[in-house]
Amino acid sequence: MNVAAYNFAYLDEQTKRMIRRAILKAIAVPGYQVPFASREMPMPYGWGTGGVQITASIIGPEDVLKVIDQGADDTTNAVSIRAFFAKVANVAVTTHTAEASIIQTRHRIPERTLTEGQVLVYQVPIPEPLRYLEPRETETRKMHALEEYGLMHVKLYEDIAKHGRIATTYAYPVKVEGRYVMDPSPTPKFDNPKMHMSEALQLFGAGREKRIYAVPPYTEVVSLDFEDHPFEIQHFEEPCALCGATGVYLDEVILDDHGGHMFVCSDTDNCEDRREHGHRGTLAGHALEAAE
Amino acid sequence: MYVAVKGGEAAIANAHRLLADRRRGDRNVPALRIEQIIEQLGLAVDRAMGEGSLYDRELAALALIQARGDLIEAIFLVRAYRTTLPRFGYSRPIDTGEMKIERRISATYKDLPGGQLLGPTFDYTHRLLDPSIAEGGAVDTPVARDSEPERAPRVTDLLGHEGLTEDDVNEPQDEIGDLTREPMEFPLSRDRRLQALARGDEGFLLALGYSTQRGYGRSHPFVGEIRIGEVEVELDIPEFGFAVNLGRIRVTECQMVNKFKGNAKVPPQFTRGYGLVFGQAERKAMAMSLCDRSLRARELGEDVNHPAQDEEFVISHSDNVQSTGFVEHLKLPHYVDFQGELGLLREMRAEHEAEAGDDAYPEAAE
Amino acid sequence: MDAVIEGGFTDRVLGAQSVFRATMDALARPGTVQSIASDAAPPAPLTQELGALALTLCDQDTLVWLDPVLASSEAVTGWLAFHCGAPLTADPSQAQFALVTEARHLPKLDVLGQGTDEYPDRSTTVVLAAAAGTQRVTLKGPGIKNRLDTELPLPGGDFLAQWADNRERFPRGIDILIVRDGALVALPRTTRISEA
Repeated sequence: MNVAAYNFAYLDEQTKRMIRRAILKAIAVPGYQVPFASREMPMPYGWGTGGVQITASIIGPEDVLKVIDQGADDTTNAVSIRAFFAKVANVAVTTHTAEASIIQTRHRIPERTLTEGQVLVYQVPIPEPLRYLEPRETETRKMHALEEYGLMHVKLYEDIAKHGRIATTYAYPVKVEGRYVMDPSPTPKFDNPKMHMSEALQLFGAGREKRIYAVPPYTEVVSLDFEDHPFEIQHFEEPCALCGATGVYLDEVILDDHGGHMFVCSDTDNCEDRREHGHRGTLAGHALEAAE
Repeated sequence: MYVAVKGGEAAIANAHRLLADRRRGDRNVPALRIEQIIEQLGLAVDRAMGEGSLYDRELAALALIQARGDLIEAIFLVRAYRTTLPRFGYSRPIDTGEMKIERRISATYKDLPGGQLLGPTFDYTHRLLDPSIAEGGAVDTPVARDSEPERAPRVTDLLGHEGLTEDDVNEPQDEIGDLTREPMEFPLSRDRRLQALARGDEGFLLALGYSTQRGYGRSHPFVGEIRIGEVEVELDIPEFGFAVNLGRIRVTECQMVNKFKGNAKVPPQFTRGYGLVFGQAERKAMAMSLCDRSLRARELGEDVNHPAQDEEFVISHSDNVQSTGFVEHLKLPHYVDFQGELGLLREMRAEHEAEAGDDAYPEAAE
Repeated sequence: MDAVIEGGFTDRVLGAQSVFRATMDALARPGTVQSIASDAAPPAPLTQELGALALTLCDQDTLVWLDPVLASSEAVTGWLAFHCGAPLTADPSQAQFALVTEARHLPKLDVLGQGTDEYPDRSTTVVLAAAAGTQRVTLKGPGIKNRLDTELPLPGGDFLAQWADNRERFPRGIDILIVRDGALVALPRTTRISEA
């Protein structure tokens, strides 16, 4: 039985070229979803195959890779993807946002402001922001072509009529450079403002849905809203229990079965960095053990 | 907590070690060998090859063992390997008319040139569990044909001679598409659609085909013919100037013949639905041919009202590797988004209670 | 024959990766100069930079348009066939890539593939080898913080007017990669160019 050896970064060169061409088009048309011939990867569809294919197509031996899921470097799927690249591309990996040249993410944008030269690769489950309003690709493609986004505004407005607010907390739609409505992937809307005029290149990969899209650095990314109901991000009442940070996204950790809970940073690297620099929250010290 | 703050790597490694242990099971029971799977679970191997779209019995058997018998997992393993293989070229179309037939039946004719050959079928077996198999009892050698079988032309070619059935090729084109190498674009050409169906999940296509029989897009099908056997695969080598025979593969072909009332351009005739699958996979080939015919509704000017006629719906959801990935991804942590929803819900509940005031929860009094 | 089979990247995997990465950075930051130094050695009149980009981006799946100088060179077409395997087209509107050795061979931008409103990605990317000399321009658009005042080796004539029309066609339109001396500058269709 003859099982072949794998190429650098797993993908064969022809596949990389195909993905690279799609990435270049995606950068040239910000927010437009470029169809690409997504390959079957050795991890399941829906588990980051789009992001993995992008990372595999851009990564080189000089790169330093960081992989996060839910903001954390040590969630199981992040660990698994990081280990995959350490094995097939033999690249340096890090958990420090500042040290990484490529950051692959699921569901979060790091708290630390990204800088020029960094690439943020998003794993995207459903790239089409109009999909839940119109399930047919043939229809949504026309809507993007005609810049016909009325349906989206109607949906958001119905939210306001029904709930008194826009009831979308994640995957909150944005408009890129005044043209394409884009799905930012299921990041919390808290992260949307970080996409606007970011210094980093943002690449989005949807493997199962076979789409790649991009937001170049210094590009306008505006969350959809209404004059009387302006876009707002989430606010947390209390600071991170470990590092005392405010103005960051927090996870709620359940401590016991009597309703006890604490809020801690979702961005684990940012939290650790703050603690190393002497910041302390109310539960620093014993909280992690309690959580496990 | 399954998202250990540290130690995710060790947890994953340990989980995989445990998986390997469970796969192997009791060490006192002999380990399965590839040949045993190929020889004795041949139809599982065929399904892994077909939906994995890679014709390699050994790799499919290995995948089945590695997947602990989970067929979709085995198909996934085969697919993930297939995608790394380089393309040396594209074979000539296989000629199923020249098939070395092991089974061939037609439901539309009592007898026909080449005859009806039952072959190795479960049909007409009484589904009674057989304890002698568990005891490893001896199995009789099969009865062999006395003579070479006569030529068995495809039934659709016979019908075609009277002009009653549509022609084989009604969509001439130079190049055959390949969904695994190009982005999918709806509406699909029929070649791409057939490729998607051939790779599609047997259970999904079976249910859709069944739905057309129950009135959700009725297509009046008859099994024109099912044939199972071996065909030659040939590759054109431009440098040689002739085709080279690469060997034989076993395939199952189903030609469904469907009543059609005709339209402005086409007189009443029989239309066809087509199924072709690697290995012996009769149920899949039949389901595929029913779905193929249903999905031709638009082309034939029929109303598109039912799920099995809706190309975007059927093809977007027929791939079990895609489906299982996205369904199972719900296991991955989603606590960041859940936190957002929790926050929103708390806000809305607080408002709701404030508005309701003393009248809150009137149902509690009832 | 040797001229045909030689001259690819010594390391075809990492060679292509580094040229691609520079190209991606160039498109993400229009107007910035990125190094695409490589050991690609195509036969003249294909320049080293054009050859490196062809090796990086072109293959069996891309239709390539060659300017008349390249198209008439058997050494060049033979080399491209061997190393990229890309089919050639005489129709620039069908090409995914157009390789151009001199600005005067650059077709009018509107005869190149523009893509469609539904598929603006189905457009031509021009790879142009620039001559000596530069022009002072100001760039604005995605990838550029506020504005970028720079000197670029742009084609002369009515190029800036053509480019303004190209910008107007957004999201349809072409993208240009300008190469010279082991370096690359990219102009995606989103970039606005004005004379400084």
